[in-house]
Amino acid sequence: MPEPTNKSPRVGLFVTCLVDMFRPSVGMAAVKLIEASGCDVVVPTAQTCCGQPAYNSGDRKDTKAIARQTIAAFEDVDYVVAPSGSCAGMLKSHYPRLFAETPEAEKANAFAGRVHELMQFLVDVRGMQIVPDAFANDFKGSVTYHDSCSGLRELGIKEQPRKLLTSIKGLQLKEMSDCEICCGFGGTFSVKFSDISNAMVEKKTANIAAAETDLILAGDLGCLMNMAGKLRRQGRKVACRHVAEVLAGELEDPPIGAPND
Amino acid sequence: MKVTVHDFKSNARSALADTQLQEALSGLPTGLVAQRAAARSRLPEFEDLRDYGRDLRNHTLEHLDVYLERYEDQVRQAGGHVHWAKTPAEACDAILKICKDADARLVTKGKSMVSEEIGLNDKLEAEGLEVVETDLGEYILQIRHETPSHIIAPAIHLTQSQVEQDFRREHDHLAKDRKLVEPAELVDEARQILREKFVNADVGITGANFLIAETGSSIIVTNEGNGDLTQSLAKTHIVITAIDKVVPTLDDASALLRLLARSATGQEFTSYTTFSTGPRRAGDPDGPENYHVVLLDNGRSELLGSEFREVLRCIRCGACMNHCPVYNAVGGHAYGWVYPGPIGAALNPGLIGIDEAGNLPNASTFCGRCESVCPMRIPLPKLMRQWREIEFEKGNPPLFVRMALRGWASMANWPWAYHLFARIMSRAMKLAAGRKGAFSWLPLATGWTKHRDFPAPQGKTFQDLWAERQRATIKPATQGETP
Repeated sequence: MPEPTNKSPRVGLFVTCLVDMFRPSVGMAAVKLIEASGCDVVVPTAQTCCGQPAYNSGDRKDTKAIARQTIAAFEDVDYVVAPSGSCAGMLKSHYPRLFAETPEAEKANAFAGRVHELMQFLVDVRGMQIVPDAFANDFKGSVTYHDSCSGLRELGIKEQPRKLLTSIKGLQLKEMSDCEICCGFGGTFSVKFSDISNAMVEKKTANIAAAETDLILAGDLGCLMNMAGKLRRQGRKVACRHVAEVLAGELEDPPIGAPND
Repeated sequence: MKVTVHDFKSNARSALADTQLQEALSGLPTGLVAQRAAARSRLPEFEDLRDYGRDLRNHTLEHLDVYLERYEDQVRQAGGHVHWAKTPAEACDAILKICKDADARLVTKGKSMVSEEIGLNDKLEAEGLEVVETDLGEYILQIRHETPSHIIAPAIHLTQSQVEQDFRREHDHLAKDRKLVEPAELVDEARQILREKFVNADVGITGANFLIAETGSSIIVTNEGNGDLTQSLAKTHIVITAIDKVVPTLDDASALLRLLARSATGQEFTSYTTFSTGPRRAGDPDGPENYHVVLLDNGRSELLGSEFREVLRCIRCGACMNHCPVYNAVGGHAYGWVYPGPIGAALNPGLIGIDEAGNLPNASTFCGRCESVCPMRIPLPKLMRQWREIEFEKGNPPLFVRMALRGWASMANWPWAYHLFARIMSRAMKLAAGRKGAFSWLPLATGWTKHRDFPAPQGKTFQDLWAERQRATIKPATQGETP
């Protein structure tokens, strides 16, 4: 793995609002991995949220304002990387749609071209094949992986996290049934249509439990909080973590939604 | 048809609690979904064919007026009649008039979602006609006084034992000890009942999967052959369909048929693919004496000129609903009007209005599985989002939702305030959760905590941690540089 030098690409970390507020350890894990891939990381403070809550509620005007701010905040970086398929998809696929056929289209398209989801960036852009030994030497356990919808279907993230996970010697990846089916989160959907959302996450946690692993991993904190919250309510013992935490060996904090003793 | 889209949430709750419905729906993943996947894997050019289908439908919609007029000309030349209906009422009136002119008493019907859209059966029955559905699924629904819950498998919400009970109740003249377990036995019994209806029908009404502009033909695909008997045994055949079903040529229809059956049921081709062109010609062994086509608009020409045009590419295969986790959870009736699932969420607001159908485009996680299987590559999540935008502009969402959204968005546009808020919230929530690490109840998020715990934050924001790291790494470096 190349050492960061003065010529290393400059990566702007798009933290995402959920990671910022709920699970900063995912952000620190992402930084560790991006640096290990030979890049310098900066974190613009002018970033907030990608705008999905507004965008998916039909509020185009506010979404555009947020998008403009995000694009401006990351003007001077080579890449924009987010530890979330959903937010990266928003920046990469939907910002250009928001500004299509407007004078700002060019700017939005150029920005979108620099955006990558974390796993995609590490494997496809930086060519990472294996996780640095020092990160995951001590890991021992079985995991199953949930393919979050936007990452999978908007960005084509499927093999990348699996490639890195299976490079960890002590890790056993056991696929669960229907790993590509939505967990029922869907942002405000989980609150507005809570009963349907619940039926969906119940199917998901049943599949997770049937895989009989120590951990359930995914690349999106929204889905993870949904699955973790349901697993906990059901009294199931499967721990829930963002994939970056395992890859970077950032396992000191308790799993998502777990008690901190 | 009665619209209950406003009750979507309570419809969904009842559906989730209905164990028979849940049992029936549980067959979808191993049934239609698995069958489509198998058919797709057997056809290497399937994805190319989807591109071809999309382009073909786009082209047709671009020149819809031309193809519709050509179709009408060809139908006339073949001796048939075309009736244009702007509204469901006009379509029903046209059909009723044809039936009256034919002195009809008994009408047989093949499966037609457009006839559901215009509420045809109620209208005809109110005028004293006997209407008999001849598709097995539709027949079952008719004796149960229900509507279809799926566009190609109308009775998919029922279990086989429910159907057996219905048949035993309804067909009480048949032997009590007869065997009615296998699907084939149910089909045979329905066939026995329906045969008499086919022979005595005065008018046969079918839908159309496609209309062919170059020949003036209509096509129906079925697996039971009921459509053939419906349209060829009665003296009058009426095709009720909508203006978006036309394709330019026979070859075009063939290409779409290759996608339709595979996407719908995983078949290479349906058991019956029936073409009908005008009434019986001299020398034909059978066929109707009169041939009518009723073409419904009902909002489609407005959609054509709007940002929703792509929804008109739909060929009604049902793949979107088969693959939709929301449809899989609640079934079709919860959606409250004719077209359920993702296609309903994208189409119904255009047909019955967004004020009426507003719930549907909102009831999606935008998981995108529908778009990933749609043979016509209709961007269903995008269309649903566009409906949400129209709703938002009209001010339809409740005031507190709009206020909360505005408040949050203003803060997101003010990073300093946003980071302060995040810092306060993560600390406060961490403190409130204590060692439990999660909340079992949370104000303003009771929809969430009703069913699951809410994981507590770690306590510091990422921006905090990053600033700490920057301070720790920059200090020694600056010291080192000091001369």
